[in-house]
Amino acid sequence: MSAIGQAGRRGDRVRSDCWIAVSPRESGGITISLKSKVESMYGDSIRKLIKDGLEALGVGHADVEVEDAGALPFVIAARLEAAVKRVLPDTAAEFLPEAKSFTKSGTTRDRFRRSRLYLPGDQSKLMLNAGLHGPDAIILDLEDSVAPGEKDTARFIVRNALRTVDFFGAERMVRINQLPAGLDDLDYLVPHNVHLILIPKVESPEQVVAVDARIQELKAEHGVDADIYLMPIVESALGCWRAYEIAAASPSVVALAIGLEDYTADIGTERTNEGRESFWARAQVVNGARAAGVQAIDTVFSDVTDMEGLMESVLEAKSLGFDGKGCIHPRQIEVVHRGFAPKEKEIDKARRIVLAFEKAEAEGLGVVSLGSKMIDPPVVKRALRTVDMAMRAGLLPEDWREGGADNA
Amino acid sequence: MPSPEMKKNAAGRMVPVEINGQTAVPYQGVGKHRPTGNRTAPRIATSIDYPESGNKVVPDLKTALKEAGIRDGMTISTHHHLRNGDFVANAIFDAAAELGIKDLMWFPSASFPCHAPIIEHMKNGVVHHIEGSMNGPLGAYCSEGKMRGMGVLRSHGGRYQAVQDGDVHIDIAVIAAPTADPFGNAHGLTGPAACGLLGFALADSQYADRVIVVTDNLIEFPCIPWQIQGNYVDFVTTMDAIGDASKIVSGTTQITKSPDRLRIAEMTARFVKEAGIMRDGFSFQGGAGGTSLSFAIYLMEMMREAGIKARFVRGGSTKYLTAMLEEGLTDYILDGQTFDLDGVRSMRENPSHVNTSPFTSYNWHGKGNFASMLDCVVLGATEVDVNFNANVVTHSDGRLLHGIGGWQNCLFSKCTILPIPAFRDRIPVIVDEVTTLVGPGELIDVIVTERGIAINPLREDLLASVHGKGLPIRTIQEMKAEIDDLVGGTPKPPELEEKVVAAIKWVDGTVIDCVRQVKV
Repeated sequence: MSAIGQAGRRGDRVRSDCWIAVSPRESGGITISLKSKVESMYGDSIRKLIKDGLEALGVGHADVEVEDAGALPFVIAARLEAAVKRVLPDTAAEFLPEAKSFTKSGTTRDRFRRSRLYLPGDQSKLMLNAGLHGPDAIILDLEDSVAPGEKDTARFIVRNALRTVDFFGAERMVRINQLPAGLDDLDYLVPHNVHLILIPKVESPEQVVAVDARIQELKAEHGVDADIYLMPIVESALGCWRAYEIAAASPSVVALAIGLEDYTADIGTERTNEGRESFWARAQVVNGARAAGVQAIDTVFSDVTDMEGLMESVLEAKSLGFDGKGCIHPRQIEVVHRGFAPKEKEIDKARRIVLAFEKAEAEGLGVVSLGSKMIDPPVVKRALRTVDMAMRAGLLPEDWREGGADNA
Repeated sequence: MPSPEMKKNAAGRMVPVEINGQTAVPYQGVGKHRPTGNRTAPRIATSIDYPESGNKVVPDLKTALKEAGIRDGMTISTHHHLRNGDFVANAIFDAAAELGIKDLMWFPSASFPCHAPIIEHMKNGVVHHIEGSMNGPLGAYCSEGKMRGMGVLRSHGGRYQAVQDGDVHIDIAVIAAPTADPFGNAHGLTGPAACGLLGFALADSQYADRVIVVTDNLIEFPCIPWQIQGNYVDFVTTMDAIGDASKIVSGTTQITKSPDRLRIAEMTARFVKEAGIMRDGFSFQGGAGGTSLSFAIYLMEMMREAGIKARFVRGGSTKYLTAMLEEGLTDYILDGQTFDLDGVRSMRENPSHVNTSPFTSYNWHGKGNFASMLDCVVLGATEVDVNFNANVVTHSDGRLLHGIGGWQNCLFSKCTILPIPAFRDRIPVIVDEVTTLVGPGELIDVIVTERGIAINPLREDLLASVHGKGLPIRTIQEMKAEIDDLVGGTPKPPELEEKVVAAIKWVDGTVIDCVRQVKV
């Protein structure tokens, strides 16, 4: 009996995914048996995709069985590649979908990271419309949301999603696996327009350095110019203890995040809604991040039905000094943005500072002053950010300068 | 069945000019076909033939059918008030089979998956064909060309029109009634199979030769209110149960949890607000589907915030519409069917929760109807095309999937909005040309998908009213291009056989399109 490589999901309840089995043979070319819910519409195009994929992967002779429930081409391609590599593990070639132009935009160190939406790395269906909900970032997750046996296909799906899915301007983040396995994930990410890597369960600055070094290696190898940033997540007592060292471990770090599920277990307690047990850790992460000059990002709020609880949690995070929060459901995004949005008084003050700053610049003055008070550069920077955030939250019109000049 | 002669109608679709032996008029355009003559008249009955005691009860359904003179080739009508919990339609054809009757035409106001056993009756010859919606297994049977006659799909209003105009002559109407008295007065407000109202049976009670009321809750005369008047009824009979209550109305109506659908619903409500449709004294209709239910909830929130009150809303009522009424956000619910227990309770208890029928709401061949008075209506669709034409009956592979319901009738509202996902699985919902034309684009004003809002270019007023309001207004072509790119190209159109398996009627009884046999 010949060996078979299988990947994907099948059955009546599966939608927008497929299952593929590949049995390589010595001769006889490719035979494809396809059962698809969209046969009449896309049958020919699926067969062509399978043939192209096998050719790219160097498989000349095989029986291929496909059960398709309306999977998109990038998913079929990923499942096929996983099936082939499960039966022919020495296959080095890749089957890459063409990278769409909208995936080629870059990111910036200081951009907003108020909300970041977690998307399980092997569930493509959730990825397609994720960007429409307007998160600051999406996280394609290779770690906890992917079953150990599916890590390989998740890599292909995440890689293909990075090349083809429009996230509508959200920063493209990937959470890799815990080191050392996570280092191997980078091969599938660095050449494919990823913006930021989340490193889970970090306990030492060396781990951050190792990831950064591997990224630089891969960037050189693949001729990638764009910056790829890092967001370490500390999820243990030790990690929190070393928050500053971790945040300052590499210039690529732009934010430090805390993960509380593992942390509370690690210190031997349970996570509560009030969060008293994690107060020190959260304050430590904020201070470690600020000391290293990076953003501080809070953990997720896990009850997706409790919007009031979420809002309380966001306001608390904001008051502790965090810049953002993880989201596990698209409906949380708007609440998080509303929570982090500046208050009316903050906006008002920020507007006046920004106008004063612009006036000083126009007049060529080195010093910004408001009334009799001198304004320091960090305050100006903060005011610019507040105004920007207020505009994004719809609290300030784009043309506020015309309407609001009397406040200057 | 030989292929009938076909003619191109005003929408450019080839349609049969003869349907099941009757001449059919091709669609002429919106508001173009003008009927002449008189409505049909029912047989004159006389009290000589009915007991003075008012007791019309016969022992069972079979006896009732026999006494009603059931014969080969007759038309038997039923109604879908009991939805997917209906026991009565299957019982009728089981009884007809026992009586050795053949070639009946089933004329339901809608069919459900629970009616799959009718397929056996089509195979064994008891039922010749169906004129009514065909979903699930019945849809597959018809789509695969196995039904002997041609299916005819009509809107709720179109069904009333067909009966009153004499296009369809009902020999025997069987009305499943949650509560009835021996005289035949009936309503749907109480009883184990309570469903709210019985409006879909109105035409049948008025125009059928014979009318049978079947109930599992026979009460002493008088049955108040008489939603169906016993003066139209020939026989009353009982069954142990006329339906499965859990499938008639839901105990709790679930709103969608899908983030994409919630987004579509919220954008739809924002559109209604920003376009100025939401204002004091306005009216709207939303159904019980996940998206339109959520739309109503978002809109209710916005009305509350703005202190705005509707004059009336049209149901499908649910606990959410009921809550609007009870909170004073609307003066009335004009209800076509009740979808949950709260809806039934409200209709029973609240005089401002009013039952309506396809005659009042939708009948095109009347002196007006309610549909055109609505400020906006929110409907579903399986496909829309770049000219805003929409399909609600077939899947993109050409298979019959849904009935028309009140959908076509509702298109006459002042603003018709279709909130739909831009694609399902891999299948784009926005296409170059709909597989089956059910609603002409000139009546469809707005398409809301998770990717943006497209306004029909004919509605310059709507475009102007939402300009600069921060809504994601896009062209329909733009959205289509985006989706085609996402799903990996425009899908191949379905390959269909020549044979016509069903005709789609427009609200005026003309033929707007037809459905062809699928290749198996």
